[in-house]
Amino acid sequence: MATEFVARGADLELKGIRKEFPGFTAIEDLDLHIPAGEFFALLGPSGCGKTTTLRLVAGLDQPTKGQILIGGKDVTHTKAHERPVNTVFQSYALFPHMSVLENVAFGLKQRKIDDPMTKAQASLDLVELGHLALRRPAQLSGGQQQRVALARALVNRPSLLLLDEPLGALDLKLRRQMQIELKAIQMEVGLTFLHVTHDQEEAMDMADTVAVMNKGRIEQMGSPEKLYDRPKTVFVSKFLGQSNLFVGSVEEENASSISINVAGSKITVPKDRAEKHKGKIAVGVRPEKAFFHEEKPKLGAGHNLIGPGEIIDIRFTGVSNQYLIEIPKIGNVTVFAQNIGKSPVTELGAQVWVSWKVEHAFGLSDLPTNTGSETITESITVQ
Amino acid sequence: MKNFSLGKYALPVYAVLAFTYLLIPIAYTFVFSFNDYRRSNIAWRGFTFDNWTSVCEAQGVCEAFATSVSIGLISTVIATVLGTMIAIALVRYRFKFRSAVSLLLFLPMATPELVLGAGLAAQFFNVGAEMGFGTIVIAHVMFCLSFVVVTVKARVASLDPALEEAGRDLYAAPAQVFWKITFPLLLPGIMAAALLAFALSFDDFIITYFNSGPTETFPKYVYTAAAKGLPGEANVIGMSVFFLAIAIVVTVQVRSSLKAKRLAKIK
Repeated sequence: MATEFVARGADLELKGIRKEFPGFTAIEDLDLHIPAGEFFALLGPSGCGKTTTLRLVAGLDQPTKGQILIGGKDVTHTKAHERPVNTVFQSYALFPHMSVLENVAFGLKQRKIDDPMTKAQASLDLVELGHLALRRPAQLSGGQQQRVALARALVNRPSLLLLDEPLGALDLKLRRQMQIELKAIQMEVGLTFLHVTHDQEEAMDMADTVAVMNKGRIEQMGSPEKLYDRPKTVFVSKFLGQSNLFVGSVEEENASSISINVAGSKITVPKDRAEKHKGKIAVGVRPEKAFFHEEKPKLGAGHNLIGPGEIIDIRFTGVSNQYLIEIPKIGNVTVFAQNIGKSPVTELGAQVWVSWKVEHAFGLSDLPTNTGSETITESITVQ
Repeated sequence: MKNFSLGKYALPVYAVLAFTYLLIPIAYTFVFSFNDYRRSNIAWRGFTFDNWTSVCEAQGVCEAFATSVSIGLISTVIATVLGTMIAIALVRYRFKFRSAVSLLLFLPMATPELVLGAGLAAQFFNVGAEMGFGTIVIAHVMFCLSFVVVTVKARVASLDPALEEAGRDLYAAPAQVFWKITFPLLLPGIMAAALLAFALSFDDFIITYFNSGPTETFPKYVYTAAAKGLPGEANVIGMSVFFLAIAIVVTVQVRSSLKAKRLAKIK
């Protein structure tokens, strides 16, 4: 039952995992490989199946179909207590009838590892809570409880550490601080982390690789930079940051790019940044990569230009201003302008043109559900 | 009459009357446990400690008390173990007829004791069981069980399932999860249920009367003795049980308030 006291992480492989609950399917044919030592984030809205995936890996639920391999070993039919995996639960799940130290030593004692109390104390020191070892969990703040939960999992040196929205209950400032600490600890101990979250910023900030999950499937997987720069589906383009999307049919094509017609305006996207090259497609651009101009600018072929439109909303967010521009027949376009004291136009109702570089555009594989030439600029609401 | 208000006079008077009404039987029993009675303990004949110093002098009173205590302990243990298992099953597992079982468990609580007692007696008679200690225990386990289930169920329902999952995640096998996590966390509820079961069992007269045969329990003894005037020793035992119960309640209260204070201090 007891696994060795390993110092390094192991890789995780999910093969054709399917999980059905009475009445619905939580996960459909999921294949996933997480290399050893990686910080991997599973990102998605609530109900997308990410927590179910985590529970399957932990052994708290059994998959309907498929295989789970940790470090190359098939653990599909082993129980939770037999897996070299530890979890930081969303509610922390600290044992209220034990002291903080006893909580941390619990896993070591179960595996009959020598000197559990000394190791537990060292683990508490790692999360800077050594001085609170004799308290009860109820006497700690949320952030402290979170760190105890982390220490309790880490002390076992699991091959794989599972984190179930562990920062969700913390306030923004504490969450930022914990994100930095968590990342530092992961680098220090070199374990494989599987982090489940609905917070896209958190996922991008910490993870080496992010998998965006939607309706029981992984929509896209890659480094945070790649996912953000080049989303492949409408869902990913909306869930990871915001996007302006334009829908139109491909009318021009040359060796390196294609152009679509959106209500008379030509929008070009490089071929190697588009999933589809024919028919009706959606092309997007990030709001911070778009600019607006008071006068119709003279731009070369390397730019897309739409307009004129009217600024109908300005939101001040501190580091940037968010402009909502209504362009007749095309729809609303969002533009972020950095707050560096020389924004060209700041008045509501001003007439502007919107431009962006062709190389910043991306073409998606699917279409927004409410298609037409309209663009959707609101990002999907995250709870 | 300027400052007259109803509350100023009526409320204290009402409160005093209410408490008098509640406490008179207890006070009476207490006072008459010091009565120097002869054949019946109804008229006051003078103060004495004799009843307290020689409790077991009256015929059968201590034997009846011992019988009630052992019946109470045995039925409490059986009912608490069975009831706790039922409560955990009802909250933690989904099975066929789960809600029906939940509902049926309430039935014995709602049924008049006379009906339960008479019905059970008929059953024992049918199978030819000899009425006595054993049949009393069976009867007591039956009516205590529902109360135990209801009490423990509330505690199980408030237990975060993630705690048990955390135990499984931290290498504890199912039995270890139960004894190291589930059981200690349910213990306050289980203790409350056990105390309730013991109180119900120790106190029960009606169901016991139907199913006891020749076995004399304390309530039965008191009932029979009361016809010819209760011996003072019965008052003594009654009061002792009363003080013991009060002591338990006070201890629990003081302990939990001390604990709360200590926790507040560390924080």
